[in-house]
Amino acid sequence: MKINRDRVISLLVLAPSVLAVAVFVYGLILWTGFISTVQWDTLRPDYTPVGLANYQAIFANNRFLMDIRNTVVFTICFVSASLLIGLLLANLIDRGIRRESFFRSVFLFPMAVSFIVTGVVWKWILSPGQVGSPQGVNQLFGLDPASNRWITDAHVVYIAPDSPVYQVLHNIGLGAITSPNIGVPIALLSIVLAAVWQMSGFVMILYLAGLRAIPEELKEAARIDGCSEWRIFRHIVFPLLVPMTLSAMIILGHISLKIYDLTVAMSKEGPGFATDTPANFMWQTSFRDGLFGRGAAVAIIMLVLIAGVIVPYLIWNRRQEVEA
Amino acid sequence: MKLPSRRILALFSVAALVVSACSSSTTTTAPGTNAPGTNAPGTNAPGGAVTQVEVVSWWTTGGEASGFNAIIDKFNADNPTIKVTNSAIAGGAGSNAQAALTTRVVNNTPPDSFQVHMGHELLDQYVTPGYMDNLDDLYTANGWTTQFPQGVLDIVSAKDSAGAVHYYSVPLDIHRANVLWYNKTVFTANGLTAPTTWDQFFTVADALKAKGITPLAVGDNGIWANGMLLESILISTLGADGYNGLWTGTTDWAGAKVTDALNTYKKVLTYINTDHSSLSWDQAADNLIPASAGAQPKAAMTLMGDWAAGEFDAKKFTDYGWAAAPGTDKIYDALADSFGLPTKATNKDAVKKFLTLLGSAAGQDIFNPYKGSIPANKTAGTPPAGAKQYSTYQTWAMGEWKADTIVPSVEHGAAASPAWKGAFEAAVTMFVANPDVPTVQTALVQACKDAKVCK
Repeated sequence: MKINRDRVISLLVLAPSVLAVAVFVYGLILWTGFISTVQWDTLRPDYTPVGLANYQAIFANNRFLMDIRNTVVFTICFVSASLLIGLLLANLIDRGIRRESFFRSVFLFPMAVSFIVTGVVWKWILSPGQVGSPQGVNQLFGLDPASNRWITDAHVVYIAPDSPVYQVLHNIGLGAITSPNIGVPIALLSIVLAAVWQMSGFVMILYLAGLRAIPEELKEAARIDGCSEWRIFRHIVFPLLVPMTLSAMIILGHISLKIYDLTVAMSKEGPGFATDTPANFMWQTSFRDGLFGRGAAVAIIMLVLIAGVIVPYLIWNRRQEVEA
Repeated sequence: MKLPSRRILALFSVAALVVSACSSSTTTTAPGTNAPGTNAPGTNAPGGAVTQVEVVSWWTTGGEASGFNAIIDKFNADNPTIKVTNSAIAGGAGSNAQAALTTRVVNNTPPDSFQVHMGHELLDQYVTPGYMDNLDDLYTANGWTTQFPQGVLDIVSAKDSAGAVHYYSVPLDIHRANVLWYNKTVFTANGLTAPTTWDQFFTVADALKAKGITPLAVGDNGIWANGMLLESILISTLGADGYNGLWTGTTDWAGAKVTDALNTYKKVLTYINTDHSSLSWDQAADNLIPASAGAQPKAAMTLMGDWAAGEFDAKKFTDYGWAAAPGTDKIYDALADSFGLPTKATNKDAVKKFLTLLGSAAGQDIFNPYKGSIPANKTAGTPPAGAKQYSTYQTWAMGEWKADTIVPSVEHGAAASPAWKGAFEAAVTMFVANPDVPTVQTALVQACKDAKVCK
């Protein structure tokens, strides 16, 4: 058998990074998984196995349940709002306006800013101020700080027993989602606002690339056949944008599952943990409280959540490649 | 020739990485080598036989950094064979320093001494897992067991399994958490005096509210400022012994008096500013300062530790008055920055010399006038002529310190373990958003059980 020189060289070149990833990514994931099943609750490592006690403890912790709620609400609101606004902006810019590149840059610039900076700026914009001396948006629009609390609003909107939907949901067996713990925290929506401001320009660029890739002949043919602009969008443009939408969803989804810097800069845990995130909880549990076993358990749950988003995408991506 | 120059570049960058990795490890682990950049020429003894002592603090700016550097300069001048360096880690009342310290202590490469709040933050995190030496010999040799008040000795010590008391850290300063600050002009103009009970507080607060002034400014974007409020109310309702018992398991968290305190707390929360959760404590304190001379300030009072005096002084605001928080007169809710001796410290004799200066009256009178705190050592209080002197507030506080009953602050690490404090803060966070007394009381009872203090 002849030794293929190229093959040997490529293996040698790859080996260091493969080794590094094996140790520093997968090795440490395994290590974290192991830590999540041991006692370790002081600074002195304690490897006494405790089974799933750490997981039980964090799932019995109200704060963690609220963090999960926040993550789900944030992900849904942030991803859908960014996609909608990004799609809208891309279509507007694609109309062939003058100075297109100027507007493209304007909408994309927020992405160049770090989440910490975005957080600090939006914190001041959305700080309600006091009755009689409002600040930020409240001052700008003459709103009453007592009722427009923005990032300091402690209310959680949920399906109350007196709402018409309540009985319907109970009748079809979905009564569980009417719990006060499954609401939408108002303060969190202010964070969504800042995050959408930052990321919708990025979605716009993705969609713009998608729109530009659609051959003009397709649309032209449809127009000759008498199609309305809306139907062209609905039946030709939109289906061809599905790959862009999926990529954007994955990128935004994993950002929102891991979000930490934006919420910490804007409102930390927020009123009643309205803007707390699993990442913040993990950091405080481990490094403030010294409960490393529980911190590792939170880390593993976050990993599972993110894998739940990424893995199906990778599978889908692979299939596309095979088909192509 | 292209290829060789690239190779050389690559070699250089690898070499640079190796060198930087090595140099960073020598500065932290190898004693006796000089840390680059910190070496003041001329201070070393001839022959280079200088013992390095590395002290980690989170004092990087303002009076506290000046004070700590002043005390280090004095020590280095008096001890030419020892060089103390301050490896400060900036940020957030030590939260960044603590994370960095955790790593070093667990890896058995601790600094020679480090700043930590006296009490359970030190005891539960570092002493119980066996990372610290006791300082019994220093306490005996320097007479500190009589120079420090009994309240402090109780907080810095722990009993071993045989029941013997050991001391684990040297408190350098004392701060008071239960102080009510108010704008004097607002109080005089409205014929008010500083409230001494919570009932009086409500009367005063109603009068202020009627004038359109927020009665109490709170900045709890780090929830601890609101936790301190509950801490003060618990002290006033339960008294010093009752409050101490909460943290030792002798006072029942489910008891009626705790319920009373929580009801008072619920009412106090209706008198605070609406933007409290977007402000830090100092931004809240600034609300007592009028925007222009003669204007009405946004708020009239704030309940904050005595570092608020430093904030007011820095903003050139002199029109402030102070009193013990309502119902806590003659009780000193204390917190302190203290320094201990890690078991793995490399130069224990040199460290002990430095700790001796930190605990002495002379050392404490160098540091505290800068920091705005008061000396823990009862024999201190009179800095030498020409040195920086104590302010009016500090002089008042020193008088109180000698006469008052001392209780440990929970929000500043003295009363409870970090995990228990975290659970206490979680309960407060929930309560501020949704003030339901039975829910928060259940959470507080559970927190005590989780800390393995209550059954």
